[in-house]
Amino acid sequence: MTRVSAHLNGALHDLMAADPRVHLLGEDVRDPYGGAFKVTKGLYDRFGDRVRSTPISENAIVGVGAGLALAGRPAIVEIMFADFAALAFDQLVNFAAKSTAMYGRPVPIPLIVRCPSGGNRGYGPTHSQSPQKHFIGVPGLHVYELTPFHDAGELIAGMFATERPCLLFEDKVLYTSAMYTGGVVDDLFRYEIVGGVARVFHNDDPAPDCTLIVPGGMVHRALSAAWELMLEQEVICELLVPARLYPVPDLPGLNRVRHVCVLEDGTEGGAWGAEVARVLHPRLWSTLRRPITLAGAAASVIPAAPHLEREVLLQPGRIKNVIMEAIS
Amino acid sequence: MTAQPALSPPERETLSPPAEADLDLLLLIRHFELTLLRLFDKGRLSGTTHTCLGQEYVPVALKPLLDEADFVFSNHRGHGHFLARHAEPYGLLAEIMGRQGALCAGVGGSQHIYHHRFLSTGVQGESLPVAVGTALTLKGTGALACVYIGDGTWGEGAVYEALNMARLWRVPLLVVVEHNGIAQSTPAAAHMAGTVAGRAAAFDIPHHRTTSTDIGHIRAELAPLVAAVRRDSLPLVAEFATHRIGPHSKGDDTRTPEEIARVARHDWYTRYARLYPEIFEPCDLRARELVERVAAEVSARPLSVWEGP
Repeated sequence: MTRVSAHLNGALHDLMAADPRVHLLGEDVRDPYGGAFKVTKGLYDRFGDRVRSTPISENAIVGVGAGLALAGRPAIVEIMFADFAALAFDQLVNFAAKSTAMYGRPVPIPLIVRCPSGGNRGYGPTHSQSPQKHFIGVPGLHVYELTPFHDAGELIAGMFATERPCLLFEDKVLYTSAMYTGGVVDDLFRYEIVGGVARVFHNDDPAPDCTLIVPGGMVHRALSAAWELMLEQEVICELLVPARLYPVPDLPGLNRVRHVCVLEDGTEGGAWGAEVARVLHPRLWSTLRRPITLAGAAASVIPAAPHLEREVLLQPGRIKNVIMEAIS
Repeated sequence: MTAQPALSPPERETLSPPAEADLDLLLLIRHFELTLLRLFDKGRLSGTTHTCLGQEYVPVALKPLLDEADFVFSNHRGHGHFLARHAEPYGLLAEIMGRQGALCAGVGGSQHIYHHRFLSTGVQGESLPVAVGTALTLKGTGALACVYIGDGTWGEGAVYEALNMARLWRVPLLVVVEHNGIAQSTPAAAHMAGTVAGRAAAFDIPHHRTTSTDIGHIRAELAPLVAAVRRDSLPLVAEFATHRIGPHSKGDDTRTPEEIARVARHDWYTRYARLYPEIFEPCDLRARELVERVAAEVSARPLSVWEGP
């Protein structure tokens, strides 16, 4: 088995070996440290100065990445914790995203900003957030999230191909999980990738009672809830896991949906799920039994103590309750 | 130490006779921007504009020190920087007026222009980190990245993040500081503790400050320093004690008439006119006529068309 973080590390190795123009920079990314989550391990030893450990200056790191991209060097920037992407908001929103369009013609800015995100690790309020929602709806800025289904190399190549700045959120707990391969999730579920979206379904692919739209970091908690709902209530759930969160891609399997729940780790209010619902409601209005259900982290800071953190973040138990309430 | 730029006594500084090409460029920028202010008064321009009246000599002096392969980053007050880099007044005015032939289809307007290695943005300090990234790719090629900032820009944290990296990574970065002593309406004494020199020194970055407005003198001072940026791949902060004789944007000058009169004494325009009327007058007439033609021609063009994002 390959862990998600090792898979991503391998993809970065392959990418930098294949394209000598690519640069990578971020705090503590050089060997022997290899990044706070070891995703950049071995890159400096192999690619030298194309891998650069930086001062603690998120805004300028992203700006330097944009400058490299502007000069024709695709750049990957690591923000140590997604929470710190707030420090780079100006470079992301006012420079990188706008520069692709505000000069009256398409200006390529091949820039990927990687953001390890999410909680359930006890890091507390400023090292646990999933701040995707703050970057949703910015013209020119695409938002992605790592999943255990999507090949990271293809994902990165696809992001660079947009020639626009892309944020890649990477759930920190997901790092430690295994990549799924060969269309098999477990004894109960299989998956397929359709148009860049992973569809996770029961072995005999029945029409689901509830379709769960979830980003990569939510997959295991959603699957856990889906298992229990199947065994305890005979409720059939299907998961749709888009690697690209914004713009929301075309989702497969919607022709047979009964009810849709969007699950995420962002806090409630102005969340990614609201954007998904905005896109889906007009399309599904006549077939949905009720409005799309949104569930995310509580509107709260994320506590450090594990028993308190669990209450704030979305866990399988609450997902089950949300689904049962929605389809009852 | 004082944050206020020491004023060069303009009456005592002898301006050497200007080369005709330099004077043409100075006057092109001057009349271009005076025309912008007139067009605004007539309601022919929308939005806002920031003129560099009095500061035109800075990019004109730097012009021959910059090479084709260099990358120039400019700011909100960038018309002079642009015209000194690319003598394309038609394209620039079309951009500002949203007419066909605009440099950026009229999307960017006065503050956001990207044209042949010239890029301007409207957020203070934002271009410095970008310039460091671009300069990384120029390292060892002999080319450099030049960034124009003002004294007010030093309030932005991005400046310090970028200077730190520029020095650590030894990138060929020329930071041109147009220290006109006023950030919009706030005098330097109220917005800057210490000095630009002190801040550059903190990063171990060479700093040069000039009070001269004499183009030949400035070039002689800066040529070896700019050559060192290229040769040694090291940043340089080149500070100009300069004077903005016009408003921050349009008619928003809150300085007293006495203060405006004091800074206007530094204006190269009146000094060249007084010292070298025989060179100045024909150039001045030529520039006025050129800009009149540009304004008339561009004003008559159809609106610009944007293909969309």
